[in-house]
Amino acid sequence: MAVTSYSGAEQYNFDIVKKFAVMSLVWAVVGMFVGVYIASELAWPFLNFDSPYFSFGRFRPVHTTSVIFGFGGSALFATSYYVVQRTCQTRLISDGMASFTFWGWMAIIVLADISYVLGYTQAREYAEMEWPIDILIEVVWVTYLILFVGTIMRRKQPHIYVANWFYLAFILATALLHTFNNLAMPIDLFSMKSYSLFSGTQDAMVQWWYGHNAVGFFLTAAFLGMMYYFVPKQAGRPIYSYRLSIVHFWALSFMYMWVGAHHLHWTALPDWTSSLAAAFSILLLMPSWGGMINGIMTLSGAWDKLRTDPVMRFMIVALSFYGMSTFEGPMMSLKEVNALSHYTDWTVGHVHSGALGWVAMISFGSLYHMMPKLWDTKIYSNKLVEVHFWLATIGIVLYIVAMWISGITQGLMWRAFDEFGNLQYSFVESVVAMMPFYAMRAIGGMFFLAGTMLMTYNMFMTIRQGKRESAALDARLAAKMAHA
Amino acid sequence: MNFNFKHEWIETNIGLMSVLTMLAISVGGLVEIAPLFFIDETIEKVEGVRPYTPLEQRGRDIYTREGCYTCHSQMIRPFRDEKLRYGHYSLAAESQYDHPFQWGSKRTGPDLARVGGKYSNEWHVQHLVAPRSMVPESVMPNYPWLLSTPLDISDTTNRMKALRKVGVPYSLSQPEYDANVKQFGETVARQLHIPDAQENLVEQANFGNYDGDPSGISEMDALVAYLQVLGTMVDFSKYTDDAFVEYR
Repeated sequence: MAVTSYSGAEQYNFDIVKKFAVMSLVWAVVGMFVGVYIASELAWPFLNFDSPYFSFGRFRPVHTTSVIFGFGGSALFATSYYVVQRTCQTRLISDGMASFTFWGWMAIIVLADISYVLGYTQAREYAEMEWPIDILIEVVWVTYLILFVGTIMRRKQPHIYVANWFYLAFILATALLHTFNNLAMPIDLFSMKSYSLFSGTQDAMVQWWYGHNAVGFFLTAAFLGMMYYFVPKQAGRPIYSYRLSIVHFWALSFMYMWVGAHHLHWTALPDWTSSLAAAFSILLLMPSWGGMINGIMTLSGAWDKLRTDPVMRFMIVALSFYGMSTFEGPMMSLKEVNALSHYTDWTVGHVHSGALGWVAMISFGSLYHMMPKLWDTKIYSNKLVEVHFWLATIGIVLYIVAMWISGITQGLMWRAFDEFGNLQYSFVESVVAMMPFYAMRAIGGMFFLAGTMLMTYNMFMTIRQGKRESAALDARLAAKMAHA
Repeated sequence: MNFNFKHEWIETNIGLMSVLTMLAISVGGLVEIAPLFFIDETIEKVEGVRPYTPLEQRGRDIYTREGCYTCHSQMIRPFRDEKLRYGHYSLAAESQYDHPFQWGSKRTGPDLARVGGKYSNEWHVQHLVAPRSMVPESVMPNYPWLLSTPLDISDTTNRMKALRKVGVPYSLSQPEYDANVKQFGETVARQLHIPDAQENLVEQANFGNYDGDPSGISEMDALVAYLQVLGTMVDFSKYTDDAFVEYR
């Protein structure tokens, strides 16, 4: 009965890719909604509703976990399983393992979000999950590694495509970082509560080694893997420079792991460590821009696609934001700049120009490319893709402009002295100065969220259309068989 | 030398590629993290820093539970404005018993590294229950449940035992207790003795009456006890201005 179609349902395990792709959109909506909500709590504090469950401190990790690991993680599972199968021309080595990574990963996000709201947290940024969830992550991750490497070992051609290098580095680095940053002593085998193995300075260093490389590998290297497959595919042209991709890969993998301590400038961490991190942060500009150039120049000779293809536009804007935030990052890692920017909203803006501008936009582009192919159909509405693009872009610009202004204002107000050499402003005066920008940021977030919801609708309709088309095809085929 | 390296070797061999990638990503962490455990100057030699009492530690647990670190730092930088606003810059020694560290990354609210002793207990209680009743422009959430929730003290011993396992010098045996007497003095050492933890906690809470309500021990008691000790352990009048420069 089955129709062997272009999507190659037998040759590849696309079922797992479909599941992760759909869930990445679901988590995007959930995570971004919570993001808009906590942004609104800062602008309008009554939204905390005197409730422990919705207070900013407990709700913020729900936002970060849902978007980074829920949305980003699912998009990475989906695309890496897709890319590794297509480029190796072979099926994933085990459907059971693939399915385990899906249900395991979904359980992790749900359990993490619920546990934060109930007050269980390691109080480490982006690693708030308590120890039982960390162990589950470890198990799922090792399964993922075996599945990914095993599939590459079964490849039908000698070369491993460059996108897979980046996915591999991401999987290995995440395993390393997750393991060491979450070493903790539970107070009891039946209690969720644990205490970090490290303390004070060493703990801070381990955490930011993890924290920055969650950005470097989870949110960058892996999405570069996405870029190296989907940009050339969508453009219909080979990657701009093979040599550049080699340099890009090794330089990025080596250097990223050094830069975490730039989050600890001027703190009680010894000066040598954060200075070393700053030096590497500046060096890192080169491989980062190498990657950006490699992606954008892939379009050379096909620039007209930017006018005609809204999906391409997502990808190119993503790369532009990648370039922008990888310039801004090294700049903020300079001690003089960091003295002003640290502890302010500027950092929050920087993270979001990377997270919304680069990570989310390249994921949207890749999902728009991949999802119609998975269901063997065309995008339901290109017009809606267009609208999504503008909603997202306007949202990002509102967001980061608001945070630039509020961040720099905070930094300057905190260090301002009056003519007598006293502090010019009390702290709360700087809080008051933030209010318009907190509102503006929340509105920017609403734009971005609206775009994501539109995409979810568009993809839902695309899937429905794909299912109808294949049902119609099946019916026609069955009718023909009956006549024969 | 006729060594003709081709990148092709790596990109056709998943084993080699995995090993080399693993090497590339391991160096940075090794070089920057490992020495911090061995170089003596990483933590300043300073008098006064001690582990938290059971009540303070339980307060710290509530501080982490509520995610206070998402808006408050505990790390004062060596700048003139921060010295005027918050006090002496933070020393590594001051967070050496902090599992996990709570230096934070964002100041939506002010730094809390030296908030201890700055405000009265009554101020803290009122401010935590309804921040805008004390600071009208504040955007901090209300925390009324801290006052109405009794502190769960049943697992205090377990918590201290876990902290002891990760290196905090809480004592279980007589020799450990004696060592603490030597290092911290008898008053402090008694607070660090795990077998007496629950008793000590109740005594400190009743004596301190941090939440203003003498009946029972609330989560507010613990949190305020913690806030009031923050940054107060080192007596900076004993040290000259550049006493800690060599450690930075």
